[in-house]
Amino acid sequence: MSALSLDLEVPGRVHAVLDADRGDVIAVIGPNGAGKSSLVKALAGLVPARGHATLDGVDLTGVPTRERGVGMVFQDQLLFPHLDARHNVAFGPRARGVPKAEALRRAEQWLTRLGVDDLAHRRPGELSGGQAQRVSIARALVTEPDLLLLDEPMSGLDVGVAASLRIELARHLAEFGGISLLVTHDALDALTVANRVLVLDGGEVAQFGTPDEVTQRPVTDHVARLVGLNVLRDGTELRAFEPTAVTVDLNEPSGSARHHWRGTIVVVTPHGAAMRVVVHVADDGPELLADVTPAAAVELGLSVGRVVWLSVKQTSVRSYTAPS
Amino acid sequence: MTDPLGRPPVRLLVPAALGTLLLLLPLVTLVAGTPWSLLGEQLASPELREAMWLSVLTATVAMTICLVLGLPLAWVLARVEFPGRGVVRTLVTVPLVLPPVVAGVALASAFGRTGFIGEPLRELTGFSLPYTTAGVVLAHTFVALPFVVLSIEGALRTARREYDAAAATLGATRWLTFRAVTVPLAMPGILAGIMLGWARSIGEFGATITFAGNYPGTTQTMPTLIYVSINSEPEAARSLSLVLLVFSIVVLVALRDRWLVAR
Repeated sequence: MSALSLDLEVPGRVHAVLDADRGDVIAVIGPNGAGKSSLVKALAGLVPARGHATLDGVDLTGVPTRERGVGMVFQDQLLFPHLDARHNVAFGPRARGVPKAEALRRAEQWLTRLGVDDLAHRRPGELSGGQAQRVSIARALVTEPDLLLLDEPMSGLDVGVAASLRIELARHLAEFGGISLLVTHDALDALTVANRVLVLDGGEVAQFGTPDEVTQRPVTDHVARLVGLNVLRDGTELRAFEPTAVTVDLNEPSGSARHHWRGTIVVVTPHGAAMRVVVHVADDGPELLADVTPAAAVELGLSVGRVVWLSVKQTSVRSYTAPS
Repeated sequence: MTDPLGRPPVRLLVPAALGTLLLLLPLVTLVAGTPWSLLGEQLASPELREAMWLSVLTATVAMTICLVLGLPLAWVLARVEFPGRGVVRTLVTVPLVLPPVVAGVALASAFGRTGFIGEPLRELTGFSLPYTTAGVVLAHTFVALPFVVLSIEGALRTARREYDAAAATLGATRWLTFRAVTVPLAMPGILAGIMLGWARSIGEFGATITFAGNYPGTTQTMPTLIYVSINSEPEAARSLSLVLLVFSIVVLVALRDRWLVAR
């Protein structure tokens, strides 16, 4: 039996069914309004929900938030502004009846593990965003929850700060041993931190699988865009191919390429060492991505408004079926 | 500095200046007319000191009661959703607009010798609230509680509810959250509410004199002493008024960050 088994509905917001085992780190991704935050808030008991969420055989629905054994990390941290970092982290153990000296000792231990022990006596107002988020992760983990919920912990941080925090978070979540749900809108989080990815779309589960499955065979446009993949949909039949596999020509290709489209360039931007060209396929077709070398971009005179032909070899196309 | 939108019109400036003058002139004449040479002697008079002590005592006791009753009431209004919450909030504000003398009559009807609660209370214990120091405290509490509740409720509303949620995920009961998170975060607003109520209580006249009378030593506070001395000893009335003015200014200065800073 799975450690976590849920079939939970926040009316009008989200409906999710999923099973997870101890040690799982589940990235929850999806566009704004997909219900990501509602799902984790429902698991924390902060919004009313229908259905069930069984953790180690105990149904959490109906259990008040404070008795759920759930840890939560909020996007804006919500560290108590009147307490220093140490007392913020000690708050959970204190609330659960741990004597003060022991609670402070555990707090200091966790601040050390998160690498912010030198900031123990600072108040949240004196911490940077990255430091505050480390303290808030320590505050959630010190209570040794069975389920850790992280609601976009990395958004709002500088790119560099988020990158180093992501690496550490991956390590702490791997050591954590419980189940983690990480709401994010960054494909990197899903790839580097999680071992499962839950894709929400329009309040429903669109896909649930390993990071490889989800990024190689995405079923939603949102994930396709997040991972920078071209995905064409024909009913439940999907075809995916990398932008680097796409060839750009000014004339209709005559070779063996089975897939080709005519369209207008809408964006040209640098992408790593290449130039990424976004083409709006004619007759209200999809938007496709193509990566070309800067030299080729200059030679072909690729600029916004230019009409071009895109083609891709059959061998570069992955065909798969969307789960119904 | 010239305003790029043009000079403020005279027809607005003149009434504005007159209004300022109307507010300031009586205060200036009060200060100017204070019999400074007699001030020390008057402030030392046992009658005045008794009234001043009684005012401070009753206002402080009344504020303690306002805190014990008003803080929970403000919390319930700010944090608990229940049917009729709007009605309760409106009812709490009624004494705010009630003429103080009416408040005194209303208190008498409830707690007077033959009042709804006053009569059984007197029959049971022999104790009667009107014309006692406890009666003064009751009048002050009745008049000041709405100020305290509304002011604290505002402070509790600005302390974000999300902190309550964060505390709950950490295992805190609502009582612990109230004590360890909500109250410390709202503390500046709570103190401001108490200060405001205290100032209202120090100046309370109508309800006090109606319900508790004006007996030196037991129910005669500063305002009621001023009232009786204005005819017999006008200089003493002025000295007393100056003391109350200083009280008010101290409260104003203490609260200036909350009330005077334009936002």
